[in-house]
Amino acid sequence: MADIAETIATPKPAPTPKIKWEAVTDHAILIAGALFMLLPVLATFTTSSHDPVTIHREGLQLAIGDQMGTNFDKALFEKGGFTDNVNGITMLMNSFILGIGFAVGKIVIGMMAAYAIVYFRLRFATFAFWIIFTTLLLPLEVRILPSYEVIQSMGLTNTYTGLILPLIASATATFFFRQFFRSVPEELVEAARIDGAGPVKFFIDILIPLSRTMIAALFIIMFVFGWNQYLWPTLITTDENLFTLVRGIRQIIQVYSDGNSIPEYGQAMALAIIAMLPPVLIVVFFQNWFVKGLTESDK
Amino acid sequence: MARVSLENIRKVYPNGAEAVHPSSFDIEQGELIVLVGPSGCGKSTLLRMVAGLETITEGTLTIGDRVVNDVDPADRDIAMVFQNYALYPHMTVYKNMAYGLKNRGLPKTEIDAKVREAAEMLSLTEYIDRRPSQLSGGQRQRVAMGRAIVRSPELFLFDEPLSNLDAKLRNQMRIEIRALQRRIGVTAMYVTHDQIEAMTMADRIIVLNAGRIEQIGTPSDIYNQPASTFVASFMGAPPMNLLPASYNGNGVATIAGGSEVKVSTSGSYQGGVQLGVRPENVSLSPTDRANPLTFELDLIEELGASRLLHGRLAGHSFVVNAPNDADIPDGSIFLDIPQEAVHLFATDTGKRIN
Ligand SMILES: Nc1ncnc2c1ncn2[C@@H]1O[C@H](COP(=O)(O)OP(=O)(O)O)[C@@H](O)[C@H]1O
Ligand SMILES: [Mg+2]
Repeated sequence: MADIAETIATPKPAPTPKIKWEAVTDHAILIAGALFMLLPVLATFTTSSHDPVTIHREGLQLAIGDQMGTNFDKALFEKGGFTDNVNGITMLMNSFILGIGFAVGKIVIGMMAAYAIVYFRLRFATFAFWIIFTTLLLPLEVRILPSYEVIQSMGLTNTYTGLILPLIASATATFFFRQFFRSVPEELVEAARIDGAGPVKFFIDILIPLSRTMIAALFIIMFVFGWNQYLWPTLITTDENLFTLVRGIRQIIQVYSDGNSIPEYGQAMALAIIAMLPPVLIVVFFQNWFVKGLTESDK
Repeated sequence: MARVSLENIRKVYPNGAEAVHPSSFDIEQGELIVLVGPSGCGKSTLLRMVAGLETITEGTLTIGDRVVNDVDPADRDIAMVFQNYALYPHMTVYKNMAYGLKNRGLPKTEIDAKVREAAEMLSLTEYIDRRPSQLSGGQRQRVAMGRAIVRSPELFLFDEPLSNLDAKLRNQMRIEIRALQRRIGVTAMYVTHDQIEAMTMADRIIVLNAGRIEQIGTPSDIYNQPASTFVASFMGAPPMNLLPASYNGNGVATIAGGSEVKVSTSGSYQGGVQLGVRPENVSLSPTDRANPLTFELDLIEELGASRLLHGRLAGHSFVVNAPNDADIPDGSIFLDIPQEAVHLFATDTGKRIN
């Protein structure tokens, strides 16, 4: 006790708690930013638990209401749309098909293109690469009319192929894989040659396993990108059976403009929450892979 | 295990650089031949042509009794150990060794037996399920060796396999590789820039300089009868002393600005020479003779087993390797250079003349 009394009696001179204004400012900015990002999501979530009349009258709700179950249930299972034959589950499936199909297609094509460019002595390999590279400057939104023309003339409107294929055509994956392949040591290629691995075996047995973190990281990015597509699906699919979630939300709100009923705000909010979940979950669960793929390579 | 024969092998890279001038030599069955030379002299290029990783611009390469100029590396029946090991990082030690066999379609049981035998031979059995990243440098090197051994190839190729290891491990692996090669009796071609590695491991050494073969011979040939000033100064540590001198064609050479040295010779060359003496062949002379070789000492370097005296002889820098027990007098030191230890090289060509 005496010791404690003493230490209390003689406070050390140094630790007068100074307020570090820099840290306070930094944190204030970060917290403000975080709130700015999170509050709309939270509001969406809480609002999704109210009935449309309340929402229509009183706007966004910040408290949890009693309609959560009903709204989510209807959003997922009630058939809606003009033809009354798509429900949330169908749209969820379509979104998955778009997200996964886009990501897989892009990775497969990107890897193969990069393989050809890096490992084969093609006459115009560098030129081909730069041509591919410049397509980075031409995202689908820029070339949307010609793309639509092509897909339509091929009779691919209202098909999954038409939905996915034009989105795949861009250089990001090719570019990343090219950079990665170039960092694989030359000796590894030569060792494999002596070990009797031809081009296909080398690709499958060596290169793909080496790229797996890279593949995982790209998959996540591409999946989220594909999942969130809006403009192209809107243009190319008129059949409600092919609607994705992101489109479905809009479809619900659009009833408003028809003017004869209150739009199902609650359901729209519920659908928005559902649409957000898969990308978030994928990023949360795979973030280790994601970070690894972008930063390290185990060669 | 085969005889390998290179006939006028030449390499010109697409950019026009002639990395290997036409070179010919044979490797006998079961022989370990070391290609040695400074960095950039074309050792790797030569080895890689034998491996099939570089095309042969001109010449004929025979392994066993096949001309293999246009044969794919996989079909040349060779195995190669690389400087950076080149192990497949995502495969275990076992799979690394088995991969080449698997690609050749061997039955699983046979692969298993071979891999385990090789692992046993290289003391890798307990690491067989590890990835390369979980192994030390020496162990990785052994896995690379194992990958070569399991294939039981006709010819082993090594490209500076030890240069990524620390000095102690390097000495140990040197002996291991040599012992292993003897035991399995495989023909081997080994590239290094380290003359000690070359001297200790080789049955025969090929000294390369700027894409040309300077000399081919056993380590003792190379050491005792270097064919040129290049070989003389490249092989041996510390390197041979080379002094400008003139030779009268009759058993006496005169060091520029200094005294005469007796030479045992058979040639009839006369004129300017480089006079070579290995530091370890010089002894300190107790007395001043009629025609003394006076050495001015600058610096003593302790090696433990002996001492290196750095100084000047007739104004030219000169090194003497003196035994530990020799007393080193203050002031002028007199040297003895035995007649049979003197090497003479023609000044203009650099070629040996005695
Ligand atoms: N792919 C290549 N293209 C052009 N020149 C090359 C190539 N590879 C090596 N060289 C040149 O050939 C010479 C010999 O190279 P190399 O065989 O690698 O030497 P070493 O293995 O003895 O150090 C060097 O001058 C090098 O610059
Ligand atoms: Mg080299």
